[in-house]
Amino acid sequence: MDFAGTASYLSGFAILAGIYAVFALGLNVHWGYTGLFNIGIAGFFALGAYTTALLTTASPDPALFEDFKFGGNLVENLGPANLGVDLWFLVALLAAGAVCGLVALAIGFITLRLRDDYLAIATLGIAEGVRLVFLNEKWLANGSKGLYRIPKFLGDVISPKNYDYLYLVVVLVVLAILYVSVERVLRSPWGRALKAIREDEMSAAASGKNVFAFKLQSFVMGAVIMGFGGALYAHNIRFVDPRTFDPLLATFVIWAMLMVGGSGNNLGAILGAFVVWGIWTGTQFLPGFLSDPNFRFFMVGFLVVAAILLRPEGILGERRVTSRPVPADAEAAAAEP
Amino acid sequence: MTERYNRPPRRWGAGHGVLAAFLVVLVLAFSSVIKMELVVNGLFLGMIIALGAIGLSLLYGILKFAHIAHGDFMTLGAYTGFFLLGNLFPRLGLEAEGFGPFTFGYPLLLAIPLVGATMAGLAIALDVGVYRRLRSRRVSPVVLAMASLGLAIALRGLVQIIWGGGTEQYPRLSKPFYQLPMGVRIPPDHVFIGALVLVLVLGLYLYLTRTKMGKAMRATSDNMDLARVSGISTERVIWWTWAVGAILAATAGVLLAVFQAQLFPIMGWRFLLSLFAAVILGGIGNPYGALVGALMIGVTAEVSTEWINPTYKPAIAFLILIFMLLVRPQGIFGEKA
Repeated sequence: MDFAGTASYLSGFAILAGIYAVFALGLNVHWGYTGLFNIGIAGFFALGAYTTALLTTASPDPALFEDFKFGGNLVENLGPANLGVDLWFLVALLAAGAVCGLVALAIGFITLRLRDDYLAIATLGIAEGVRLVFLNEKWLANGSKGLYRIPKFLGDVISPKNYDYLYLVVVLVVLAILYVSVERVLRSPWGRALKAIREDEMSAAASGKNVFAFKLQSFVMGAVIMGFGGALYAHNIRFVDPRTFDPLLATFVIWAMLMVGGSGNNLGAILGAFVVWGIWTGTQFLPGFLSDPNFRFFMVGFLVVAAILLRPEGILGERRVTSRPVPADAEAAAAEP
Repeated sequence: MTERYNRPPRRWGAGHGVLAAFLVVLVLAFSSVIKMELVVNGLFLGMIIALGAIGLSLLYGILKFAHIAHGDFMTLGAYTGFFLLGNLFPRLGLEAEGFGPFTFGYPLLLAIPLVGATMAGLAIALDVGVYRRLRSRRVSPVVLAMASLGLAIALRGLVQIIWGGGTEQYPRLSKPFYQLPMGVRIPPDHVFIGALVLVLVLGLYLYLTRTKMGKAMRATSDNMDLARVSGISTERVIWWTWAVGAILAATAGVLLAVFQAQLFPIMGWRFLLSLFAAVILGGIGNPYGALVGALMIGVTAEVSTEWINPTYKPAIAFLILIFMLLVRPQGIFGEKA
């Protein structure tokens, strides 16, 4: 492969790894910081992707689509034709986040007062429900045939051959903004309260924290981030159908990323996304059974179990954070048994 | 199960509600408002759900975590049966289909105990290799559930490595359906499934109430510490619980493959939502409740196809679950915490 080919392959890889890093950040808010067990990431993934796909595609031509009725036409209304800039992308991204946030609000409101694992079962239900709706309601999103011709953001600025490099920058900018804001928010007293809830719900409640409200806010926040991820994904692949969001590549792989990178550490989540996605795409070049997709499927599960057993803190692990007045050696002394 | 003793008598209990609901369904079916055939089919589907849900509920009660790999235990059980019936047995000369009115042959009766024993062994091995280590670290139940998610992925990956991702079938001969009054047509296989489930449930009831290990299991489910101080080896109880849960799940997997006349790797994962819905409906840790919950979900899902697109059947369990979490999160037979 020549240099240009390699560079374009690597940028394609980095775009997907960056999008997965967004999901890993969202999952880190859920699991790493609050201990919320979400096994239906695929549901939020699909909701985010479909929201932006529906809003931005042009109203369907009856000759092209028999059943699909709705296309938001955002590109025409908020695009270069009217405003001179591609403002629609931002609107679509926010809408994808908002839809995921609303669904998370509803499900969280029902389940977060109850046992911890009820949330897991409910998120499993969301993933399945979202999949079934998009599969069966042909008028909504063209059923199993899926939606195509999802527009490119800033598509006319650069030649299609080099478009990936531009989109990589877009993804990395969104990722950086999300990383900085998530870090800031989680370092605030609000974030400390989440950690307190994760460690010991009873004592957090005893110190006057409204555990349910904090959990609900955290669940919604993580889901909004996942919605952004879904939207970024849709404008990259520019095609969505219900099969895109199977549990393996839309839920399990993201769990493996967070567990490997280090839950409770946002940099770890991003690192994990790049490492695991690197292993995932890299192993397809290996000889024999090592490149078998089913073997890689098995390895994803194995990686999660191995991380829990052998290195629960992941590659980076969570940083210990103490109040500024406490000197570092006092903390070390306190850690001694 | 504890609170049964020293409880003031109640005039109207959950049992009456279930009985009333059952009578309403019967009256509606006999007056042809809903199709009797759907009710009957729903009961058979519910019986398969019950086998998985009873084991899941026992495990939930004793180990205190949501065993997410339970659906994939079913898948692996079904595929182990496929190996025996389609590969090993024919080599040994044990090849027969169409036994009596059934599509399958007598080798199935041989395969079920073997599959059960294999899965019981695997479940205990996984407990020793994974869950026991985590228990000794005193991790929270959600981490155990995480580990079971990893194992669920790994098990399905294993199934796909060995048998591929496609759809398979047990050796079978097509047979005419039974024609019963009120337009009910049922395949003879369903009668076998129903009879086997009844035998297993009855056996489990006798095991839990008459044997020492069964009683120890109930005691451990009620209060593990109390069970331990009264001399029960809780580790052994846990092993037996894994064995019972795995045998039931494996049988459910084989029966599901017979029921739907095909098997595929994601069948168990798709079934998981129904299993959890049945467990929560009946009250966590209550095997009889899980049985009732499973039958209710089976019947509701089948009857709903009269008005709702049948492809939404898996989502019905989710809707029932959400309704239950809103109205009575402790389950029909659960006590308010």
